[in-house]
Amino acid sequence: MLDADLIVIGAGPAGMAAARTAADAGLSVLLLDEQQRAGGQIYRDVERVPAERKKILGDDYLKGRALAEALDHPKIRHLTGAVVWQIEDGPRVAFTRDGAAGLARGKRLLIATGALERPMPVSGWTLPGVMTAGAAQILLKQSGLLCERAVLAGSGPLLYLVAAQMCRAGTPPLVLVETQTPADRRAALRHLPKALKAWRVLAKGLGLLAEIRRAGVKRYIGATGIAIHGQDKAEAISFEADGRRHQIACASVLLHHGVVPNTQATRSLSLPHVWSEAQRAFSPERDRWGRTANTDIFVAGDGGGIGGAVAAKLQGEVAALEVACDLEKISHVNRDRAAAPLRKGLAIELAARPFIDRAYPPYAKALAPADSTIICRCEEVTAGDIRRYAGLGCLGPNQTKAFGRPGMGPCQGRYCGLTVTELLAAETGRSQEDTGYYRIRPPLKPVTLGELAVLAETDLKEQEDIS
Amino acid sequence: MDTDYAIIGGGVVGLSVAWGLLKRGLTVTVIDGDDGSFRASRGNFGLVWVQSKGMKQPAYASWSQRSAAAWNTFAAELKEATGFDPELEQKGGYDLHFSDETLAETVAKYEELKEKLGGNYPYEVLGHNELRREEPEIGPKVAGAILHHQDGHANPLKLLKALAGDVRRLGGLVLTGKTVEDVSQKDGFRIHCTDGTIVSAGKTVLSAGLGAAKLGPKLGFRAPIRPQRGQVLITEKLPRIIHRPSLIARQVDEGGIQIGATNEEVGYDDRVTAQGMAGLAAEAVAAYPILARAQLVRSWGALRVLSPDGLPIYQESPDMPGAFLVTCHSGITLAAAHARFLPDWLEKTAGAPDLEVFSETRFALS
Amino acid sequence: MKPASPFRELQKGGGRVRVTFDGRTFDLREGGNLAAELLAAGIRSFRKTPVSGAERGPFCMMGACFDCLVVIDGVTRQACMCEVSAGLVIDRPGAEGEGDA
Repeated sequence: MLDADLIVIGAGPAGMAAARTAADAGLSVLLLDEQQRAGGQIYRDVERVPAERKKILGDDYLKGRALAEALDHPKIRHLTGAVVWQIEDGPRVAFTRDGAAGLARGKRLLIATGALERPMPVSGWTLPGVMTAGAAQILLKQSGLLCERAVLAGSGPLLYLVAAQMCRAGTPPLVLVETQTPADRRAALRHLPKALKAWRVLAKGLGLLAEIRRAGVKRYIGATGIAIHGQDKAEAISFEADGRRHQIACASVLLHHGVVPNTQATRSLSLPHVWSEAQRAFSPERDRWGRTANTDIFVAGDGGGIGGAVAAKLQGEVAALEVACDLEKISHVNRDRAAAPLRKGLAIELAARPFIDRAYPPYAKALAPADSTIICRCEEVTAGDIRRYAGLGCLGPNQTKAFGRPGMGPCQGRYCGLTVTELLAAETGRSQEDTGYYRIRPPLKPVTLGELAVLAETDLKEQEDIS
Repeated sequence: MDTDYAIIGGGVVGLSVAWGLLKRGLTVTVIDGDDGSFRASRGNFGLVWVQSKGMKQPAYASWSQRSAAAWNTFAAELKEATGFDPELEQKGGYDLHFSDETLAETVAKYEELKEKLGGNYPYEVLGHNELRREEPEIGPKVAGAILHHQDGHANPLKLLKALAGDVRRLGGLVLTGKTVEDVSQKDGFRIHCTDGTIVSAGKTVLSAGLGAAKLGPKLGFRAPIRPQRGQVLITEKLPRIIHRPSLIARQVDEGGIQIGATNEEVGYDDRVTAQGMAGLAAEAVAAYPILARAQLVRSWGALRVLSPDGLPIYQESPDMPGAFLVTCHSGITLAAAHARFLPDWLEKTAGAPDLEVFSETRFALS
Repeated sequence: MKPASPFRELQKGGGRVRVTFDGRTFDLREGGNLAAELLAAGIRSFRKTPVSGAERGPFCMMGACFDCLVVIDGVTRQACMCEVSAGLVIDRPGAEGEGDA
């Protein structure tokens, strides 16, 4: 059993910043992350990215380097490749690393597991060659791979960032198929004055659009009826825009219509979650320090609500200050003094969110897919199946799970959960909040029975160093 | 009167009874709970099981045998009607033993029971090598097994879905998202729900699982039932590894290996624990070593609905005639009996099964 | 012969090691992300689903979707969570015609 004052799950911006802030305050920190190097998805492999890739990825990405380097601190133990599969009261965390199960106990736990891309179920989205836009970016950051003859489809700032990076690399996408409408842009305008506080964010967006335009990439706005075609791999995408149907042959389709909090860990703890209509997603309830309904457990970063990397870093620092105060390493006065500028920064950082959320809403047809569209990739359950189970009396996702297996596969509902909630809410006429979400159970990530069986020989109540 | 029968509880027990009543032309309204209700029907292990049941009460063994024997046509009828196949497989099941001593002890008990059942207890004892011929992946630590030919398994979720579909198809009304708070009797029954819904019925069946503990006394039942937690694991989908089910593991029709189950007295706590999972994994790997490399993808905890002696309770209310308590922890095994034979008991026909030994008067304070 | 890949590699070369995937040999960059390296080598489909037999390849590249499953040493792994090392023997899940019924 490993012991620490603070266990942090996730080495993205929130987790890295929290670990360092806590360590600086004198806390022992155990940082668990499933990747081989720090950075999370946003700063993936930032410490070893080759020079020629830096220009393509841009300055915002390179900012992650300082956060990763700051983990080099005597009070921080960073276990890479540590896959967390259960969290229990204690807080106690079970994980697997190098094929062996391990346990850790902390006085406090910070969950900084970030975001997932919002599932975008459209016809053909399970074909090889269809990936999330985030996946394309990870391929670029970590492996220097660029998708050739790719179409980007959906909406939101990440779509523009990926497109601009592809343009910089000399491999522009064939087209951008954008689902937001001019009406969305008009509706977003009322949030613009407030968003101007975050002028840097807006300026960056305009810069990306300019790059895409200069590269001559055609953009379709208000696209609908998106379908991906191909026998055993993606070969074309079709959609309606400008009053007619288009079909474009391509080698890859990159989907994106926003990111949503990854709530697997907080759901597994049965912590209360709230529905955000603006972000069309659930997030765990937390106070201004990031503390959840379980007083020992904190959430920072996108896992608590989408705010982006800079906000995540600031939230991580704020949460670490509160943990340090809890454990009597800093006074309330010093906590508040240190937190004040962080909160100011957070307010600026989050100012643009209402504008962005309204200007780039989820693709409506992916929230209510056609009956024949697969919505659970693991168990190949269709939207029509969910509607049929609603007709058999299912009010919530745990009932449809029992009836038709959506959410039972290895991804544990990560890429179907919100779709099922939306579909059931639409069918029953109840709110998403009342419809609810999957009861997430361990393992959060698969673990072999052999790895698990070894723990049976460990007295789980005894403390021993298994490192 | 809205309906002949109001069934309180829309799990496998309540729906099985409802289905049987509908088949006899009676009208039925089922009152069911919400997505988050404790639902043993979606947490159980899925065995259609005879062996080891009723060791102290042969009537329970016979009732289970009768149900197991009726399962085949019951499942076929549901599949035919709804297209949902409960995936019944009845080619025997094992009680695996890790020592010759426990195996011998169990055999001695089975012999006793067999005699009381007039010889109707078809089982055989397999030594390690014989078992290995049947189950090539069995591990060296397994001393042997009892193979009982009346045992089998089904897909309990598909059964639930098929029943939910067919009860509706047969004209049953199912009210969902309801919580029953009271029941009154005057010219029949009035079932009061927290949202103001009132269902009036000629008769009522309380089959609300653990919910009966609270509601039972309002209808004049003792309903001495308690929760007992069972944790269950399931692996990724795998090629065929296990041919017959056991209490330790079974391979479900979709391919996953299901591993069960703990027996824990922890009240209304249905969480999964690392300790519970590890113990189950260790036992499964000891039984089938190849499973060490299998990925566990899911687990759950569910609450068994247990009476003090573990047997079902079938009881008509002494205070409110026409109100019946039907509760058990083997809702899958007994589904066929509840669908085929219980309606006779509820309707007091000549063919009614004698369920006197399952009356809750057996728990009378002495 | 290497299958055509719809991916462009910014850095050619790098230290390569030999691995086998589904019985075929490939020279992949040592220490690279296994899913990315297989994609770069022109492999589109990593597996067939146990439910319908549909082809699947990497989707999220961040360990969340479980579509890039492969089998290494008899254990099902997410390719996007593995690194390339010399001599790796990678199989498609449910290969040898033993996928579940």
